[in-house]
Amino acid sequence: MNRQSLFLRISPIASLIIVLALWELIVIVFNIPGYLLPKPSTIFAAIVEYWPAIMRESTYTLVTTMIGFGLAVVFGLALGLLVGYSATIYAGLYPLMVAFNAIPKVAVVPILVLWFGIGAVPAALTAFLISFFPIVVNVATGLATIESELEDVLKALGASKLDIMRKVGIPRALPYFFGSLKIAITLAFVGSVLSESVASNHGIGKFMMMAQAQFQVPLIFAGLFVLGFMGIAMYLVMAWIEKRMTGWAHRSGFSN
Amino acid sequence: MQPFIEFDGVDHGYGAEGPLAVQDLHVSIGEGEFAAVVGPSGCGKSTFMKLTTGLQFPRAGTITVAGERVTKPVRMAGMAFQAPNLLPWRTTMENILLPLEIVPPHRQQFRAKKQEYRERAEALLARVGLEGAGEKHPWELSGGMQMRAALCRALIHQPKLLMLDEPFGALDAFTREELWCVIRDLHAETGVTVILVTHDLREAVFLADRVFAMSARPGRILAERRIELERPRDLELTYTAEFQSLVHELREHIVTARK
Repeated sequence: MNRQSLFLRISPIASLIIVLALWELIVIVFNIPGYLLPKPSTIFAAIVEYWPAIMRESTYTLVTTMIGFGLAVVFGLALGLLVGYSATIYAGLYPLMVAFNAIPKVAVVPILVLWFGIGAVPAALTAFLISFFPIVVNVATGLATIESELEDVLKALGASKLDIMRKVGIPRALPYFFGSLKIAITLAFVGSVLSESVASNHGIGKFMMMAQAQFQVPLIFAGLFVLGFMGIAMYLVMAWIEKRMTGWAHRSGFSN
Repeated sequence: MQPFIEFDGVDHGYGAEGPLAVQDLHVSIGEGEFAAVVGPSGCGKSTFMKLTTGLQFPRAGTITVAGERVTKPVRMAGMAFQAPNLLPWRTTMENILLPLEIVPPHRQQFRAKKQEYRERAEALLARVGLEGAGEKHPWELSGGMQMRAALCRALIHQPKLLMLDEPFGALDAFTREELWCVIRDLHAETGVTVILVTHDLREAVFLADRVFAMSARPGRILAERRIELERPRDLELTYTAEFQSLVHELREHIVTARK
């Protein structure tokens, strides 16, 4: 391994350590009270102390998030293919989807609670609602940007629209789809935690609300750390899947 | 004998009310003939291609290909454009086989006859100077090699009609001349009817039996010139006075039309 790639490997960890060290230093130097901004060391101590509860609640959140995300993948892909397939469907549905996406999901949670009661269902649904839009848009974009000349080549051979979708459209949309998963998974966390903090008996969102109510500031931050960690972990999983599935689309040496 | 391709008084424009892209085209091309269409950019050359292959239908007049009036995509055409348009997720071989996955009867036999088709593709690859490149992905090939692969894709289903839309426009001069020779030989061997759309007059004169010069929009046929140069033609021919004067004559037509 040469020097440059070594730096490349350690740079994310190094930047994290630097940020945490700076944080710790600033709190000490400016003598910031712990109930405003706890030191990272205090936060880690809190994580260790409450480890069983944190594990339980974050697993709950992870599962709800993944259910919502799974729904978003299925429906997002289906709707994206539909919207990309037909200009009429696109024209009809797109404004509706944009309008829906513009609605703050926090305003939807009370309705979901009204319908499904407090618990995992509204959390999973909020995760789904917030994360499926980028999937739809990306899949539809992938389909809509087929080179018209290539379409001509195939049409002149008598290819049906379905043929063109199968042979060109769908494979072409895959990098867009897998790329959108990275955005969607982080949004899914936002949705589920949002719903949990508004109305739930479980999950890391509820956990943080309770910590706040009891004024246990380090625990609130502990919840944030755990969420950040889960977000990164799932993002990396999606990035790995993306690379595995559509290696052909990542051949540029631009960012090396 | 009935011509292979016949345009009779064809007008066409895009949209119901849009301006005409081509006007009053009368063209007839015999089977096995090599025709070139030249003209300034925007003269409706591509419209001409779309009309011939049944991707567009004329507003007025009739088009007949192989004795049948064109009312749907003609299916027998192979096409190649300036951009090779190979699919990056497929190997070169899989790209070349793509038309066989679409055109009947190959479509139904594709799995059963895959080996035979692959051999056919290998032979074509060798024919255009790409032996053994089949397993590479298109993005591992140079622009000229990609164009050769695109030609193989256009020919794999043994079309009776080959449509080339400025196929060598993006290539350097040497590669272009090499590919002229490839096309020349493929035409001589297979007897396929070729329509070449180009703005390169030397290319048109070197390759074609007949050159149609088109005017600026709306495109009309200004002149039709039979190229009597003997075949097989050698690249040296392009430096002879006879060749030069043909190019010059065609150029005159187009320059006049632009004024």
